[in-house]
Amino acid sequence: MRRVGIGLLVALVLGAALVAATARSSATAGTSGAKVDNITIWVGWSAAELKAFKGVVAEYDSKHSDVTVKVVGGINDDKITAAIRSGKVPDVVSSFTSANVGSYCNSGAWIDLKPFLSKDKIDVNMFPKTSQYYTQYKGKRCALPLLADVYGFYYNKAMFKAAGLTSPPKTMSQLTSYAKKLTKKNSDGSIKVAGYNPFLGFYAGNAPDLSAYAPLFGAKYVDGSGKSVISKDPAWSKMLTWQKSLVDWYGYKKLQKFNAGAADEFSASHAFEIGKLAMMIDGEWRVAFIGREHPSLDYGTAPAPVDDAHPELYGAGYVNGTIIGIPKGVKHKDQAWALVKYLTTDSHALAIFSNGVRNVPTTKASLTSPDIKPDAHFKTFLKIFANPKSTTTPITAAGNAYGSLIQAFAVKWQAGHAGDLAKGLQKLDKQIDAQLKQAQAGGVP
Amino acid sequence: MASSAAATAQPLDRTRARRRAAWRRRRLVLLLMAPWLIGFSAFFGYPLVMSVYLSFTHYDLLSSPKWIGTANYRYLFTQDPQVGEAVKNTLWIIAVMVPLQVVFAFGVALMLARARRGVGFFRTIFYLPALAPPVAATLAFVYILNPATGPVNVLLKHLGIDGPLWFQSPSWSKPSLVLLGLWGVGNIMIIFLAAILDVPRHLYESAELDGAGPLQRLRWVTLPTISPVILFSVVIGVIAGLQYFTQAYVAANVASGQASQAGDQTVNNLGYPEASTLFYPVELYQHGFRYFNMGYASAMSVLLLVVAFTITVLIIRNSRRWVHYVGAAK
Repeated sequence: MRRVGIGLLVALVLGAALVAATARSSATAGTSGAKVDNITIWVGWSAAELKAFKGVVAEYDSKHSDVTVKVVGGINDDKITAAIRSGKVPDVVSSFTSANVGSYCNSGAWIDLKPFLSKDKIDVNMFPKTSQYYTQYKGKRCALPLLADVYGFYYNKAMFKAAGLTSPPKTMSQLTSYAKKLTKKNSDGSIKVAGYNPFLGFYAGNAPDLSAYAPLFGAKYVDGSGKSVISKDPAWSKMLTWQKSLVDWYGYKKLQKFNAGAADEFSASHAFEIGKLAMMIDGEWRVAFIGREHPSLDYGTAPAPVDDAHPELYGAGYVNGTIIGIPKGVKHKDQAWALVKYLTTDSHALAIFSNGVRNVPTTKASLTSPDIKPDAHFKTFLKIFANPKSTTTPITAAGNAYGSLIQAFAVKWQAGHAGDLAKGLQKLDKQIDAQLKQAQAGGVP
Repeated sequence: MASSAAATAQPLDRTRARRRAAWRRRRLVLLLMAPWLIGFSAFFGYPLVMSVYLSFTHYDLLSSPKWIGTANYRYLFTQDPQVGEAVKNTLWIIAVMVPLQVVFAFGVALMLARARRGVGFFRTIFYLPALAPPVAATLAFVYILNPATGPVNVLLKHLGIDGPLWFQSPSWSKPSLVLLGLWGVGNIMIIFLAAILDVPRHLYESAELDGAGPLQRLRWVTLPTISPVILFSVVIGVIAGLQYFTQAYVAANVASGQASQAGDQTVNNLGYPEASTLFYPVELYQHGFRYFNMGYASAMSVLLLVVAFTITVLIIRNSRRWVHYVGAAK
């Protein structure tokens, strides 16, 4: 009995240790009226991109003698949340995960920017509609966009020329046919060069939640009441059917081996950059990466091909972006706002930062700013961003949790393990609705 | 009369003195235990109670928890589409990895106990993997087992075998993690080795005199004598299996090949491939720290605690039939 008792105690202690990991007390944020001489901004960028951002901030510093801005890079949402909970917050925070804006706005963790915008007579229509959308939640604006990521099409011009192709594909059937033409195989049947790799999970353009493909098929996630309509919108089944047919043409296992042999997408050996991939969908940042890592690569950019039945969608793409705001409990609220305002609305600041990291500037005016360094490859993404049909993923109370459910289904589907597509999508709708309901439990958010 | 009063007072004084002495002893024990008691209450007791409370709330980490009754538990048991898969994967890793680890560690310890030459060298070699940090070890295994460029499949190809996809395949991802678990079994191995070396020699000699062969000596002498260590390894292994996280997290992120930029949490590789490495703690982490759904994550952790507790009790109760304590009172 004594031994059992000791065993139980061991189990309790180990179990309690695990439970402890999930329990944290909430803390209130404090304020103080210290003399303004130093304000801090947290950003997610690191390395060369952080250096570019620091350059923009240095320019701000030089124009504001009363304030010195300290930039801290490599920040993620865990750190932001922990800081807000501890009450020891930086003056300005920015996040790559716009999906979390629902939590930040609704909880008040990022303060409402409406009073500041009104006071300074800033009209949010200066930002394209998509960026307006992912920086608020249910009308509560607690963030502003600070450069955007826009997805477009990259193709290897030399490979196109060798295959007798003269222009990038505009429709999915063209993409399929080009992919087959451009694919080269080794003597053992394995893939040497993939014309186009549609495997969900392979690089950012194939995010398994299909976010980069949805705007190309005009696929809707939710209806007006916020209910999931994935099974009701035929675009989803069309998109998944097209994707799987191309996966099957390559062979699922062969693509998996190809993917396993391909380098990390943020390394200099990226498959497209070293000629192992002829076409891909990717973000605008790739232009800068190629410029740095393989400046001699003969490639072109264009809007991604769209569903054959919807040629009007050509020119649009998936848009997502960095968000910036002011956490609650901030010490120097007005100075923080002044910095946020400068970074997000000043065309010159946006343009020079865009030049530094080759992300898309986020005001309509900055898209045509003379300060933007001309670059034919990058220009494509400016146009996609400005396209009114470009879209982003829904902002929900559950953050991007619905994306995990889409992903869980889609990766099983491409592997041939999902069974009947229509039934699977119906089940997915129910799961997403239930998840959202759970996330809204207790009326929050 | 006076003498009778004095006689009564004497035992009373003795009783009081005994009580005072006992209280002093208890006070001393409490004082000596205070650091542990304070640590346990602050870092285990309080979070445990808070977790139970939070499991009945909606709590997004940023605003105050709101009481929602049993809604989190209802979703957990009836609607969460991923928790079933996570439970299945966790049970798989416990059912397969724990017995294999125990058997493998015991086998290695047995060989090392019998080694005549290079004992120190071999013990070091077999223990060394246990010193590798789990993240580094997982990274190395994902590299070694890369289906296209990894040395294992390259070697298999030379032998005319088309190697499996290892961490890229839903059928092979968990067995790959088991291989990793077996490689790093040094800690259990060293405990087994100590226990085997601790088996009294005279028991082997008696058994040998009675005509017992090597297998019979193993079955009737070694195993019963080290059975408490086997029990310990199984209990610890099962609890570790229920908390299996680091290796699964790293393997999924690296094998998926879809890296994220610093701070970017939009890319979700957890469970890759096809949710085959989505273990219960991974799912719990996802809800708590990715979706800011800490109330629900707390409900998941409370369930995990109850399951861990129940399994441990069952194992310990069942162990009475096969665990022998040398010199234990009957």
